[in-house]
Amino acid sequence: MTVQKKHRVLIGKPGLDGHDRGAKFIARALRDAGFEVVYTGIRRTPEEIAAAAVQEDVSAVGLSSLSGAHMTLFPAVVGALKNSGAGDIPVLGGGVIPDEDIGPLKDAGIKEVFTPGTPVEQIIAFFRTACEAQEGPRT
Amino acid sequence: MKKSSGETPLMTSEQILKGLRNRDPRGIARAISLVEENDPLADEILASLDDSLVDQAMVLGITGPPGAGKSTLTDRIISSYRSREKRVGVIAIDPSSPISGGAILGDRIRMMGHSLDQDVVVRSMATRGRLGGLCAAAGAAVRILAGSGCSVIIIETVGVGQSEMDIIRLADITALVLAPGLGDDIQAMKAGLLEVADILVVNKADCAGADTLAMDMESIARERGGKDNDYTKVCKTVASEGKGVDNLLGAIETVDASHRESGERRTRRKKAYDLEVLDWALEMIRPSIVEKIEKSDIERKGDPRLWAAKLLEQT
Repeated sequence: MTVQKKHRVLIGKPGLDGHDRGAKFIARALRDAGFEVVYTGIRRTPEEIAAAAVQEDVSAVGLSSLSGAHMTLFPAVVGALKNSGAGDIPVLGGGVIPDEDIGPLKDAGIKEVFTPGTPVEQIIAFFRTACEAQEGPRT
Repeated sequence: MKKSSGETPLMTSEQILKGLRNRDPRGIARAISLVEENDPLADEILASLDDSLVDQAMVLGITGPPGAGKSTLTDRIISSYRSREKRVGVIAIDPSSPISGGAILGDRIRMMGHSLDQDVVVRSMATRGRLGGLCAAAGAAVRILAGSGCSVIIIETVGVGQSEMDIIRLADITALVLAPGLGDDIQAMKAGLLEVADILVVNKADCAGADTLAMDMESIARERGGKDNDYTKVCKTVASEGKGVDNLLGAIETVDASHRESGERRTRRKKAYDLEVLDWALEMIRPSIVEKIEKSDIERKGDPRLWAAKLLEQT
């Protein structure tokens, strides 16, 4: 039988920030790289994103924030996933994020942080690595 | 398989089946993924599903052209069934890119209001090369959702043109959602979905052209209708405002009751079963044919059709 291996990821925007250009750009770039991207749109609560990630069985969650609320919202998504019994799903974040916040975000469980200067190839490569690690060797 | 590093590692089919029975969202999601990936564990899971749950569930197909409002309408239909305390499963299908194989699965955006409701299970799926408006694993996903206690399962197809009719097979009842502004009445005269959908819906009924469209649809429905008057009614909805949705649900219930009573439901399911067996059988022999083509030493000339016949004779 043909075995379909596809990386499934979720891209979402937590919080009240309605600027989704970056999130849509990443979603399209991942699609073009062969990922199946569940796009949940803007103004989601961390709990909604976590519940969607679980139902969709994604291998990674990508968050975008341009409003400055990342220090609260990104860790809140990590926490919501843990509460849903899905703390193993890696969370990556991107957006307008000052360098000094990157360390604390990683300490709070965000696997990687992308800023406006990060090349898209690097972002895709990171998603791929995160998905492969999460999925493990598939039968 | 997921690695066992997670907090809820779903390693064995027993664990996943337990998850299904306990309505654990992760178990349900994992089961659908295994089927989608043709994982060997999928067979075990599918074999152990509770057939009586699958038999009882109502499978509702929502189809129609892109932008007609299928996802928004689905969102409203979910709300209506939730207010009747039904557990609802949703399979929302979007197309895979023929170039990259990737997909943007965006139907869920319209349904996010239900994301914290434990009794609404939404799964987005990509077509993965399958034509016809569904994905290959859609049938199995329906049965998994039914096995996890969903009594209503809604399948939202990709945005369709005129001939994506797989949904008719899989769903007990299919609603075709149209909206004004997508073409003149000649489009509606063409053969295809319009002939086979159980319920015709004109969404965006508050927009210009909706009444004309509804009249055209009604005349089509009357012409083909016949014995059951319910088929000839066109449901008008404004999904974004929730208007007409209760009426649509009434139509669905009427058709469902009539299909159950007349035996139509059983007939359709039997036919669908056979066709899905055929699909899977073809899918299972495909690799061996591909291999034969690659390894064949028959001279490659003449019409491909003749060549295919020769290839099959070879065995």
